[in-house]
Amino acid sequence: MTQAASKRDGAPFDAIALYTFTGVAALLSILATAFTQDPSFRFHGYVLIAGFVTAFFAMSLALGAGKLSSDQSRYADGVIRAGVIATMFWAVVGLLVGVVIAAQLSWPTLFYFPELPFLNFGRLRPLHTSAVIFAFGGNALIATSFYVVQRTCKARLAGGAWPWFVFWGYQLFIVLAATGYVAGITQSREYAEPEWYVDLWLTIVWVAYLLVFLGTIWKRKEPHIYVANWFYLAFIVTIAILHLVNNAAVPVGLLEAKSYSAFSGVQDALTQWWYGHNAVGFFLTAGFLAMMYYFVPKRVERPVYSYRLSIVHFWSLIFIYIWAGPHHLHYTALPQWAQTLGMTFSIMLWMPSWGGMINGLMTLSGAWDKLRTDPVVRMMVVAIAFYGMSTFEGPLMSVRAVNALSHYTDWTIGHVHSGALGWVGFISFGAIYCLVPWLWKKDRLYSNALVEWHFWIATTGILLYIAAMWVSGIMEGLMWREYTPQGYLANAFVETVAAKHIENVIRTIGGLMYLSGAVIMAYNLWRTVRLPSPATSELATPIATPTPALAAAE
Amino acid sequence: MSGLTYEAVARFAQQGGTIYFGLIFIAGLIYALWPKHKEAFDRLAHLPLEKDESDHV
Repeated sequence: MTQAASKRDGAPFDAIALYTFTGVAALLSILATAFTQDPSFRFHGYVLIAGFVTAFFAMSLALGAGKLSSDQSRYADGVIRAGVIATMFWAVVGLLVGVVIAAQLSWPTLFYFPELPFLNFGRLRPLHTSAVIFAFGGNALIATSFYVVQRTCKARLAGGAWPWFVFWGYQLFIVLAATGYVAGITQSREYAEPEWYVDLWLTIVWVAYLLVFLGTIWKRKEPHIYVANWFYLAFIVTIAILHLVNNAAVPVGLLEAKSYSAFSGVQDALTQWWYGHNAVGFFLTAGFLAMMYYFVPKRVERPVYSYRLSIVHFWSLIFIYIWAGPHHLHYTALPQWAQTLGMTFSIMLWMPSWGGMINGLMTLSGAWDKLRTDPVVRMMVVAIAFYGMSTFEGPLMSVRAVNALSHYTDWTIGHVHSGALGWVGFISFGAIYCLVPWLWKKDRLYSNALVEWHFWIATTGILLYIAAMWVSGIMEGLMWREYTPQGYLANAFVETVAAKHIENVIRTIGGLMYLSGAVIMAYNLWRTVRLPSPATSELATPIATPTPALAAAE
Repeated sequence: MSGLTYEAVARFAQQGGTIYFGLIFIAGLIYALWPKHKEAFDRLAHLPLEKDESDHV
C-alpha cells in the first residue's frame, strides 16, 4: 500500500481484517461460554469474552477516529513502547511470585491456607516459571525483535495493525495461562502447562508474529539480513515447531478444558524434554543472543568483533542445540544411545556458546573504559559472562556421571537461575535501559546512579542465589546416595529437605534482592519517561535511508 | 517390512543425520569463511552503529 493511499482512506485492509477477526473471536467466545458444561472452561470463556469484547470496542473507536492507518515513512514504535512497559510489569510480577515460592520453600506454612488451593506451591510454581520465561522474557523478545528488525532492515513493521494483535494476543495468552494455573487448569507439561485451547490461541498469535517478522524482512532496504534477525527468526520458527509437536493433544470435548497428550511413556518424556531443552536453547538463548548482537555494538559504539564468527556461532548453535534434550533423561527408560547422544551434543555446545561469548565480549575492544563509566554496558557484559558461565556448567551437568549427583537437586535450580537471572535477565534489562530513552526521545536515563544500585543489588542477589543452590544441591545429592554399612539409605528424604533450610533462606534473600533491583529499574524508567523531551523531536522516528556503500555492495 | 526394524531406522537416523547435518554445517562454514564475503561482513558488523533520529544517548 502506498503512503498516500494509507493516509487517505483511513481504514486500511489490515485494520478491517483485524477488526473482523476480533468480532468473530468475541462472538465465538460468547457462544462457547454459553454452551459449555465445564466450569473451568466457562471461567476461561469469561476471560476471553472480556479480552475480545474490549478489543472490539477499542478497535471500533480507533477505526472511527481513523487512527489505524500506518505512516510508511516512520518506524512502528508504539507497539514497542507497549512491549517495554509489559516487559517491566511482568518482570516485577514474575520475580515477586518467585520470591513468594522461595519463601514457601523456606517456611512451608507461609501463605499456605488449606482452604485456598490457589496459593499452593504447586500452583504458584508454574505461575512463576511462565511469568518470568514467557511473560517477561517473551515480551522482551517480541519488543526488541520489532525494534531490531525495523532498524536493521530500514523498513516499517509489516502488517499494519497486526503487530498490535501480536502484542495484545500474547498478553491474552499470558493471562489465560496464569489464571489457568492458579485455578488448577493445567496439562502438566513442564513450561507448557496451558491447556489445548490456550495452545491453539498462542499458535494463532505466533503465526501472526512470524508473518509480521518475515514481512518486515521481505520489505528490507538492506541487501543483507543482519545476524540478529537470523537469531530472532530461528527463535520464532523453532518455538512454533516445538509448541505444535509438544502440545499435540486430544481434548475431552470441544467445550471442555481437559485434554490428553498424544504421547505416552518414554516417547512422551522425550518429546517433553526435546521441547523443554529447546525452549532453553531457542527461547532463552537464540532470541537473547539476537539482543546481544544488536544492543551491545550499538551501546558501546563498536562493530561486532567478528561477523564471520557470528555466522558460525549461529549455524553451530542451531544444529547442535536441537539434539541436547535427552540429557534430561539420564538413567531412565530412554535408550542409552539416545542419552549418550544428548550428552555428546551438550558437550559440543561448549564451542558455539563460548565462541558467541567471546564475540560479544570482544565487541568491547577499544571501548573497555565503558565498563567503568556506563552501568548499562556493565550489565550487558556481566550478562554475557553469565551466558559463558551457565553454558559451561550446563554441558558439565549433562555428563551422565555428574548428572547422577546433580539431577533432581537444587544444583539444577541454581544452574537455571544463573542462566535466567544472569544472562536472560541482565541482557534484557540492558536492552531496555537502552530502548527507553530511544523510544521516548529522551537524552538520557533519569538516573545512572539508580542503574548502579540496580546492578550491584541484583548481581549480589544472583551470587547469593546460585552459591546457596550449589551448596544445597551437592549436599542433598550426596545425602541421597549415602548408604549405611548394612546397605540401607542413610537419610530419609525429609532429612535432606530439613538440611537445606539455611540455603533456602539465603536463596529467598537473593531473589528478594533481584526483585528489588527490578523495582528500582521500573521506577527509574518511569522517571525517564517523564523527563522533558528535547524540543525538536517527535515521538515517531522517520525510517533511515540505507547507506549508499551498503546498497552498492550487492 | 523386514527392512523397517528398530535397528535399521535407528542406524539410518544416526548415520544419515550425522552426514546430512555435517554437510550443511560445512556449507555454512564455507559461506562464512569465503574470502569474497569479507567486505560485506565488515560493513554488516557496523550496521547497528548507523545513526537514526532516535539516537540521543
